[in-house]
Amino acid sequence: MDLDRPNIEEYLTTDSIHKPQEKLLLRDLLDISPALTEAAGAIIDDSFTRCFKSNPPEPWNWNVYLFPLWCFGVVVRYGILYPVRVLILTIGWIIFLSSFTAVHFLLKGNDKWRRQMERYLVELICSFFVASWTGVVKYHGPRPSMRPKQVFVANHTSMIDFIVLEQMTAFAVIMQKHPGWVGLLQSTILESVGCIWFNRTEAKDREIVARKLRDHVQGADNNPLLIFPEGTCVNNHYTVMFKKGAFELGCTVCPIAIKYNKIFVDAFWNSRQQSFTMHLLRLMTSWAVVCDVWYLEPQNLKPGETTIEFAERVRDIISVRAGLRKVPWDGYLKYSRPSPKLTELKQQIFAESVLRRLEEK
Amino acid sequence: MGNASSMLTQYDIEEVQEHCNNLFTQQEIVSLYKRFCQLDRNAKGFISADEFLSVPEFALNPLSQRLLKMVDGLNFKDFVAFLSAFSNKASIQQKIELIFKVYDINSNGKVSFNDMLSVLRDLSGSFMSEKQREQVLSGVLEEAGYTIDSFLFLDDFIKVIGNSGLKMEVDVHVD
Repeated sequence: MDLDRPNIEEYLTTDSIHKPQEKLLLRDLLDISPALTEAAGAIIDDSFTRCFKSNPPEPWNWNVYLFPLWCFGVVVRYGILYPVRVLILTIGWIIFLSSFTAVHFLLKGNDKWRRQMERYLVELICSFFVASWTGVVKYHGPRPSMRPKQVFVANHTSMIDFIVLEQMTAFAVIMQKHPGWVGLLQSTILESVGCIWFNRTEAKDREIVARKLRDHVQGADNNPLLIFPEGTCVNNHYTVMFKKGAFELGCTVCPIAIKYNKIFVDAFWNSRQQSFTMHLLRLMTSWAVVCDVWYLEPQNLKPGETTIEFAERVRDIISVRAGLRKVPWDGYLKYSRPSPKLTELKQQIFAESVLRRLEEK
Repeated sequence: MGNASSMLTQYDIEEVQEHCNNLFTQQEIVSLYKRFCQLDRNAKGFISADEFLSVPEFALNPLSQRLLKMVDGLNFKDFVAFLSAFSNKASIQQKIELIFKVYDINSNGKVSFNDMLSVLRDLSGSFMSEKQREQVLSGVLEEAGYTIDSFLFLDDFIKVIGNSGLKMEVDVHVD
């Protein structure tokens, strides 16, 4: 039984039901136009694909004096800004790696101090990252505090979401393990703040991960946990359904809303179109990355509310704050087909209407 | 998106417009082209069945497999021609022709009892027994003056579905 989909029948239109009191005629069976119309509508435009469409900012270099200005801008961005940023990032890395190794070994005995230093260093390197794209991040609301039995959830647009949030607070995070240099980063740095790995493709993984999550939030010493319940990157105009895993840990959920301003660059990481390296490169050769982060009021499961209702309520809070539209689809449909149960639902509606009208004879 | 091959020239637009009998405006055709390029991931010039099925709303439609047989591998011109039946400018006859084509899966110009049963099976799934389906179908057929051995042609479809307020329209959003 797939409990991951809340009341999706509310969102799906039913086949046009002819007035149920009328007798069933041949024409009613031959007229398949409702199903055909829905199919054609989906082919022409559908709310799921819209969530993952990159919407680059409008080009403004379209006339005689704007074009040279833009060219000049390109020269500055690639020739001056980019090398400076690479330099800053390299310096940052050197400082970080040396301090981190030093702290890790020298303070081996003194766990509390060591962890505090490591946390500070992770926040530092993230600040260097944000500086390397000239990140202009405005934080609103009370900063996250280190308390047990709380979990943070945010909408997801790109891997940089994590960096933007991490520079303010050293969160522990749950992530998909990536290949390449990103994976290396994940295994070395992130282990120190406490990270949980999952594998999208493994079905049994869910229970293991759920248990690890639960263990983490119980520990008073662990860093606050950050979860992206959408499970995939969405283009910052929509939110897809939240997975209920973060909401059934029996603790307070603190929503965080992130909205990027596309004025200089579109921060959406379209993982189907480009690798993370190319994405970072694009960010590092733009003028700035501008975004707003809102730390919203912590929420608890209300009496009589199901986990899924709770997840949807929090999604609503985040979507309203960041001006995102909600879409009733599971983000993982990017990688798999919808459950046949959804088709069966439509078939059931149709069959019941036919049989009901038969009895009207 | 936006590589050189996904630019339509005025000639292309006019050719496509002619091919679909002017049922779409030029702006609608440009909009449909953007959509076509979005679905056709590797710019092959046609959309594969897999790419159609990656649209969840399409994949969960009970008639998706039937429709796939009709749209799989179509180039842009034919893609537009297929969708033109859903334009608000299309005639009732054109819409009924599309419905007929969906039933007439072997394209032999006539629809048998089994063809109709097959579509009914797709639409009702496991929520009606085969016996119930046969019963319902033969019942309404006889009431309309046919028998279970009759073949229905396009004219029959037009007669039966005819002018009873057939609604089969989709809007193409134009920026």
